[in-house]
This record gives sequence, C-alpha cells and structure tokens, in this order.
Amino acid sequence: MLSKSQARFFFLGGTIVSFLIFLGLSWKSLSDDVPRQTNAQNLTPEVVRGKHLWESNNCMGCHTIFGEGAYYAPELTKVMERRGEAYVKLALTSKTPWSPRGRKMVAYGFSDAEAADLIAFLTWCGNVDLNGFPAKPKYQQLSTNQ
Amino acid sequence: MKYKSQQVAYWFFALSMLLLALQIIYGFIMGFAHMGYDGLHNFIPFNTARAVHTNLLVVWLLSGFMGAAYYIIPEEAEQELVSVKLAYVQLVSLAVVGVVAIVGYHFNYWEGRKFLEIPRPLDYLVVVNVLLFLGLILATLFKGKKRTTTSLVLSMGLLFAALLYLPGMIWFDNQTMDSFFRWWVVHLWVEGVWELIMGGILAFLLIKITGVDREVIEKWLYVIVGLTFISGILGTGHHYYYIGTPRIWLMIGGVFSALEPLAFLGMALFAVAMYRKGEKKHPNKVALNWTLGTAIMSFVGAGLLGVAHTIPQVNLYTHGTLVTAMHGHLAFWGAYAMINLAIISYTLPNLTGRKLYDTGNGALAFWLSNIGMLGMTVAFGVAGVAQVYMERIMGVEFGIVQQEIQVHFAILIACATMFTAGICIYMYEFVKYGRPSEEAMLNS
Repeated sequence: MLSKSQARFFFLGGTIVSFLIFLGLSWKSLSDDVPRQTNAQNLTPEVVRGKHLWESNNCMGCHTIFGEGAYYAPELTKVMERRGEAYVKLALTSKTPWSPRGRKMVAYGFSDAEAADLIAFLTWCGNVDLNGFPAKPKYQQLSTNQ
Repeated sequence: MKYKSQQVAYWFFALSMLLLALQIIYGFIMGFAHMGYDGLHNFIPFNTARAVHTNLLVVWLLSGFMGAAYYIIPEEAEQELVSVKLAYVQLVSLAVVGVVAIVGYHFNYWEGRKFLEIPRPLDYLVVVNVLLFLGLILATLFKGKKRTTTSLVLSMGLLFAALLYLPGMIWFDNQTMDSFFRWWVVHLWVEGVWELIMGGILAFLLIKITGVDREVIEKWLYVIVGLTFISGILGTGHHYYYIGTPRIWLMIGGVFSALEPLAFLGMALFAVAMYRKGEKKHPNKVALNWTLGTAIMSFVGAGLLGVAHTIPQVNLYTHGTLVTAMHGHLAFWGAYAMINLAIISYTLPNLTGRKLYDTGNGALAFWLSNIGMLGMTVAFGVAGVAQVYMERIMGVEFGIVQQEIQVHFAILIACATMFTAGICIYMYEFVKYGRPSEEAMLNS
C-alpha cells in the first residue's frame, strides 16, 4: 500500500515535471509561434492605443474577443469583416446608446481618432490565426438573417 | 477554538458574507438585463455589473480562505497568531481595496481584463495586503510546535496564489500574450493552487469531523493535490486553443483537461470514504453536509461540466458562449463557495460557543441553495446550448438568438431566487450565532 512519503513524492515529482513541461511549451509558443500567428510586426501604435481603449473601457465586460469576455454582446474578433468600418465607427462614436434589437451599449461617444485606434485594434485581431475560431456556421445558407 | 487569536477568522467570514450578498444582487441585475429589463443601464451598465459580480466573488472567496487560514494555522501549529493587530489591519485594508475597486467600476475606472479588472495602482495594494497576510501565516507556522501536512498544503496554496498574481500585472501590447499570461493567474488559481487551499481545508474538516487518523487523510491529500497539479497545470492548454497560440495546445489541453475530473473525483471519493470510515460522528451535521457537498458538487461542476466543455472539437463552438457561464457557476459554487461555507459552518460554533449543530434552518439553507444553483446551471446550459446551435451552427445573428433565449433567463431568475433564499437563511444563521466569545475557548 502507498505510504505517505511515496504520496508526497508523487505530488512533488508530478508537480515539478508538469510545470517544467508547461514552461517549455510556453517558451516555445511565445518565442516562435505567437509572433507569427498574431502578425506581431503589425502591432502599430494605433493598434496598441486601441488595446488601451479596449481595456480602459472594459469592452470585455459585455463582448468577447478571441472568444474571451462576457456573453451579453456579440463576439468581435471578426467584426470588421462582418460589419465593415462605417458601421463599427458609427457604433463607437454614437452619443446615444447603440442598441441593436433593444440591447443597449454604453454611449461612449469616442472621437474619430479614438474610433480609428479601436478599429485598428479590431482589424489586427481579425487577422490573428486562431486555429479556426470562430468556426464558419455549417448551415449559413439556410439562414435568412444576414 | 483553542487559541484566542483564532477569533480573527470570524471577521473575515463576516466580510465574506457581506460581499456574497452584494455579489448576488449584481447577479440579478445581469439576469434581468439578459431578459431585456435593463432599467439600470445608465447607472450600472452590464460591464459594470459583470466586473462587480466576478470581482466580489474572488474577494469574498479570498476573504473566506484567509479566515480559514487564520483559524486553521494556529490550531495546527499549536501557536497563537504572531500578531492579531496586524491581522485586523490586513482585514480592513482588504475591505478598503475591495470597496474602492468596486466603486471605481461604476465610474469607468478599471483595467478591462476578465477577472483581473482591478486597476493597476490598486494591484500594488493587493500585493502588499497579501504579503502581510502571508507573513502572518508563515511566521505563525514556523514559530509553531508542529508543521502538519494539512497546514503546509494550505500555506503552499496561499503562497503560490500570491506569486501567480504577478504575471497578470505585466503589460503586453499583444492581445494574445496578454491573454496567455492572464490565464496563468486565473486558470492556475482556480484549477491549481486554489485546489491546494481547498484540499487543505477539506483535510482539516475531515480530520475534525470524521475522526479518521490524520496520517491516512494527509496521505490521500498528497495524492489528490498531486493529481490536481499533473492535470491542471498542462490543462491550462484548454484556454490556449483559439487565442492565437499554436495547435499543440489543442492536444495538450484536450488530454490533460480530460484528466482534470480525476482530481475532483478523487476528492469526492476521498471525502465520502473518510466519512464512512470515521468512527467518531461529530454532531455538527451542518458542517458535514457542506463538507461532503463541496466534494461532490465540485466533481460535477468543475470536473464533469468542465471536461464536457473543453473537448477541443466541442469548444470550437461553445467557446465564448453562455455554456461557459453554465460551467463557471457550478464550478465556483461547488468547489470554492461551498468549501468556504463548510469551514464557516464548522468554525462558528467553536468561535461563538453556541452549538447550533443540527438545525432545520441549517439543512434548509444547504438544500435550497444547492438545488437553486443546480437549476441555474441547467438554465444557463439550455440557453447556452440553444445559443451554440442557433448562432454558431445555423449562423443566426447574435441579437436574434439573444431574443430567442430570453425565456431561459426567466427560469434562471426563478432558480436564482431559490438559491438566494438558501443563502439568506445561511446568513440569518450566521448572524444568530452572535460574536466570538471568550467562553467558547473554555468550552472546547
């Protein structure tokens, strides 16, 4: 039967080995694959300013980006492709709550420059290689709501 | 209660109760908003309610863990806490940081990164606060006569939780990198070191309640926390499927996430086996309910519902939908809320000297809150699965889908009302116990 010291060895050994593998995989991902998949060379000052705006207004508190955030408002990774620049700019600069189908967004009333930064950020996000996310709907052609 | 300084725990638990009440209120605000009743939008928009709801959860759980540590460590180490005064300083500063953060969220003052919304200047205060807490706990432990496995596992969990907060404070220009390290905090907390804390508290409770030999309980504690780390550390991969990280994580995350329920299953079997093996039947039935309950519900919520959602092929469609909210609610409730309510139920009679061991209210609180939470989980699940099929598979527009699934939020709110009734009774009992007293020490 397992003794207490063997159990401790299992815990410490398992933890250390798992953590080392995790660190190795993380190192490889971050040094090599992530810059390539995210087109790190395209992180312009506008994109970075856009990310600041994204965070300082807690957009993730309603929306998701890369599928992460809250589930009250649409996923925005591919929003530029889906809605186009004019629509997105209108939603961002609106002085009254943007409320498609009655669900309200905070009326941020961003300036044109701020909206441009956020659009740059969302455009950059839309071009990141996300291993196939978001998946294309299988039966889109049967749907009439686009 | 054997040591006077253990009384500090009571006030941490009281803070927990207060914050839990507020958390529930903000949950209702969001539930109603999902149904289309967003009358508070101008004052408390959804993103504010959301940040408050999740951050209050984290702070009340941490406050409970800290209270548990202040109770358990002196008893295990056979040593009074090194400074009671500093422990109160730590309590007040924790409450102040929490309140300032939450008020700030109502004025667009935050750092909108899911779960880590606390703005940077307050992050430093959190660090100071946690260092003070750890200093007190570790100093007591090392000054003490005994260093038991239970107290070491608990302290190790608390120490690593503090260390893992740091990667979340680094700024990255790249959203993918940002997210990558955010999960080092969030995932490695809840599916790693918090389970050490939970395991430590659970072992303490089982030793006290079942009377099974400490050596046996602590041996299995090692096995369970070992399984937790082996599956949980590489299981972080399930957050790296679709955020701009390489495909290797689909395999690593998929395999190790599938192992994660084993740790929780181990915990559930362990608790039930120790209960059956125990010859001593502790009269505190309420604490026993919560102790066995947390072991079983964490297996269902965190283990089973977790793995159902982290199979990569499934997650491609469920990622970023209400399915996540389904898993999140039962996982946090089963694993971390219930372990806190268990340790509170166990310690209150010892702290206050009033032995309300087997009250009807105690049982009612347990069953109402658990059945309510299960109902909420089902409502979230139905809404989430419907959303996945309509939006992700059929390609119906987000807003239309949200209108279609509104009805499930009515069920959610009904179940949440039941849950809240249970919690209210729990809090009523908490208040009825009264304050900690010196007599309680003489009695034990």
